[in-house]
Amino acid sequence: MKRFTFMRLSLWIYLGVFFAYLLGPLVIMSATAFNSPAFPRMTPWECLTFEWFGALFRDERILNGIWNSILVGAGTVVLSVAMGLAGALMLTQIWPKLRATYYTIIIAPILIPGVVLGISTLVFWDRINRMLGLGADSWLSNGLFLTIIGQSTFIASYCMLVLVARLQRYDMALTEAALDLGATHAQAFRKVLLPFMRPAIASAAVLAFLASFENYNTTTFTFGEYPTLTIELAQKVRYGITPAISALAFIIVVLTVIAALANEASLRRKELVAAARQKATVAELESGRLQLPGFFRSNWAAAALVAVACVTVAVAGTAALYSPAQCIADVQEQKRLEAEQRIQELLRQRELRRQEQLDQQGEAVPAPAAPSGSSSGFGGAFAPGNLSGSSEAEPEAEQEPQGNSSGFGNVFDPNALSGGSEGGGAGD
Amino acid sequence: MSAGVGVDLENLWIRFGDFVAVRDANVTINGGDFFSFLGPSGCGKTTILRAVSGFLEPSGGRVLIGGNDMKGIGPNKRPTALIFQNLALFPLMKVWENITFSMEIKGASARERRKRADELLDMIALPGQGGKLPSELSGGQRQRVAIARALCAEPDVLLLDEPLSALDLKLRQHMRTELREIQQRVGITFIYITHDQGEALTMSDNIAVMRAGVIDQIGDGKAIYNDPATAFAASFVGENNVFRGKVKRVMGNEALIQTNRSGDLVARISSANQGRMKEGDAAMMFIRPEAFALAPKGATGTHFVTAKVNHEEFEGNAFNIFMEGDGGKELKVSIPNLGQSFEDHTGQNITLEYETKNAVIVPAGELAAE
Repeated sequence: MKRFTFMRLSLWIYLGVFFAYLLGPLVIMSATAFNSPAFPRMTPWECLTFEWFGALFRDERILNGIWNSILVGAGTVVLSVAMGLAGALMLTQIWPKLRATYYTIIIAPILIPGVVLGISTLVFWDRINRMLGLGADSWLSNGLFLTIIGQSTFIASYCMLVLVARLQRYDMALTEAALDLGATHAQAFRKVLLPFMRPAIASAAVLAFLASFENYNTTTFTFGEYPTLTIELAQKVRYGITPAISALAFIIVVLTVIAALANEASLRRKELVAAARQKATVAELESGRLQLPGFFRSNWAAAALVAVACVTVAVAGTAALYSPAQCIADVQEQKRLEAEQRIQELLRQRELRRQEQLDQQGEAVPAPAAPSGSSSGFGGAFAPGNLSGSSEAEPEAEQEPQGNSSGFGNVFDPNALSGGSEGGGAGD
Repeated sequence: MSAGVGVDLENLWIRFGDFVAVRDANVTINGGDFFSFLGPSGCGKTTILRAVSGFLEPSGGRVLIGGNDMKGIGPNKRPTALIFQNLALFPLMKVWENITFSMEIKGASARERRKRADELLDMIALPGQGGKLPSELSGGQRQRVAIARALCAEPDVLLLDEPLSALDLKLRQHMRTELREIQQRVGITFIYITHDQGEALTMSDNIAVMRAGVIDQIGDGKAIYNDPATAFAASFVGENNVFRGKVKRVMGNEALIQTNRSGDLVARISSANQGRMKEGDAAMMFIRPEAFALAPKGATGTHFVTAKVNHEEFEGNAFNIFMEGDGGKELKVSIPNLGQSFEDHTGQNITLEYETKNAVIVPAGELAAE
C-alpha cells in the first residue's frame, strides 16, 4: 500500500516536472510581457503594464513580418496541401513494387536539413530567373514566391503523411461506385473523395500553416523583400530584445489556446450530436423535433473556451483603462533614492580610499589588496587605478554597469535618475 | 420479359500477369433474365462482373451489351449499375442523396431528387428513412438502399456482386425473395454473383457454374441440379454422393459403371457427355441423398448399394443416414419424414436402391472442396 502511494506520488512529481519543463518558459515569458522593466524579466516585479502590447503594435517591422508570414503561410498551405494530396493519391495507386521507392523519395525532403533546401531553392530559381531573362526584382526572385516554394518542398511531405493516413481508410469501391453511377472521374473526386478527405485536408492545412509560420532556416535564404515574422524576430534579437516580443509570444499562446479549445469544443459537440442521432427514433428524425444537446451540455472545452474568451476581453478592457504611470513613477522615485544612496556610499568609499592612499604615500609598497569596503564587486577592476591616479576610475565606474544588463539593472544608469527606463533598454 | 438488354461474352479471356482469371468464357445472357454466376471464391466470377461493368479491360474476347461491343467504353458510360459486395454506400451522404447520386451527376434539382428518392424508398419498403445516414441503418436496410441507388440510375443491366453475403441467414432468405420480386417488377437484366448455390437456384433463370476461371456448365437451375455436366458442377451444387469407378459398358444414354466399392451400378450419362464416354473411361457417378430409398436387406443388382451405417440423425423433415462411402467421404442418405416408423441402423449394413434416372455419370474430374 505504501509502495503504491509512493509510486503514485513519484508519478505526480514526474508529471509536475515534465509540465513545468514544457510550459514553464511560456508562463515566464508571458509574465514578462506585463512587467514594466525594459528587459523582459519577471523578478523583480515592478509594475503591471500593457505598454509592451502598444509597443508591439507600433513596431512596423513586426507588423510587416506578421503580414508577410500570413501571405507566405497562405501560399504554402495551398501549394503543400495540393501537392500532398496528389502525392498521397499517387502513393495509393502506384504499382505496389514501386511504392516503397516512391515513398522514400517523397519523404526525403523531411530528412534534408532546411538550410540545404533553402540554399538549393535559392540557387535553382535564381538560375531559372536568369534563364528567363528576368531582373532581380521579378516575382520569381523577390522572396515571396521563393519562400513559398522553398517551404513547400518539405511541408508538402508532412501534408502527404497526414493525408495518406486518411486515404488508407478510403474504400476505393466508393470511387468505383460513383463512376459506375455515371460520374466522371472529376465528379467522383469532387463529390466523393474530397468530402471524405476534408477533415484530413483541414488538419494538413493547419499543420502546413504552422510549419510555415515558424520556419526560419529555409526562409532565411529565400525571404528577399518579404521578411517573415521569424526573420524579423531573429534580426531584432541580434540587437537586444524588449518585452514587446514577450507580448507577441503571449498573443500567439492565447490564440493557440483559443483555437485548440474551439476545435475540441466542436469535436465534442459533433460526438454528442452523433450520439443523440443514434438514439433518436425515426419519427423524431423525420419531424425535425429531435432535441439536440445544447452547446455547453457536458462539453468542458466549450466552457473553457468561453472562460478564456471572457478573461481575454476583461484583460483587454483593463488594459484600455489601466494606467501604470503612477506605479512607474513610484518605482522610479524609489530607484532614484536607491541610486543616490549607492552613489553616496561610493563617494564615501572613494573618500576613504583616498585618505588611505594619502596615509600610505610615505611608505614604499602599496597594498594590492582589493578594497574590502566596495559593495559593487568591481573593486578589483579598479585596483590599478589605485596605483596611477584615482580620478580616471570614476567615469569607468559609471559606464561599466550600463554594458552589463543583467546583474545590475539600471541602478548605475545615470539616465535612470532622469530619463526613466529607456536608457537601460538602449544599453541592452 | 424479353424487352430487356442482353449481355454476351465472346471468347472472354482475362489475365493478371501470368495468372489466368477467366479462360475463354462464352456466355449469352438473355434480356430480362436473372442470370447467376455460381462458383467458389477465387473462381473468377467477380472478375467477369468487373469486365461487364467496365472496371477491367478483357485481355481477349469481347463483352457485348445489347449487341454493342463495350471495348473502350468506361464504367460511367455503360448501361450497367453494379451493387458492390460491401455495398459502397457513400458514408457522408444521407440515404436520399446516396440513392439519387446518379441524378445529381446529371444536374437534377434537389426537389426532383427528393421526389425520386421517396418513390424508390417506398419501393424498397423504407419510407421516411431518407434523412438518415447509411451508418444509421441496419444491414438489410443498407442492402436495399444500395439496390435503390443502382436502380435510380435506370440501368439496362444490374450487376450484383454477392450482395447478400454480409447478411444473416434469415435476412438473406428474405432478401432472395425480395430481389427476385424487384427484378420481375423492373424487368431489367440481373447478373448475380454468388458462391451460395441456394441463392443461385432459388432466384435465377439461368446459372453458369464456374471453376478456376472456366465455365463448367450453363443452364437453368433444374438442369444444373439434375443433369450436371462435370464432376465439379455435380459436387458443388447441392449435396451429392460420389461413386468412383470405370465405365464397363455403354448402353445408349446409360452406362454400367464398375465402382470401386459398391460393385457394378447402372446410371444415366449426363446429357452434356452423351456419346462422349466409352468403355474403360474413368468416371464418376453421382446420386443425391434424397434419391435413395431403403431396400429389402440383401437385395442385389445394378441399382442397389449396400454399406455400413456410421451414424444417423433426425433433421425434422428428414432422417439422415451417414454410411461408409467412397474415398473417405461419407455416403449421405435422406429419407423424408412422412410419419413412418424409423429404426436405428447404426453399425449395421443396410441396402439402398435408386432409380437409374436419378443417378448421373460424368467423366472423372475435380470435386468441389467441402
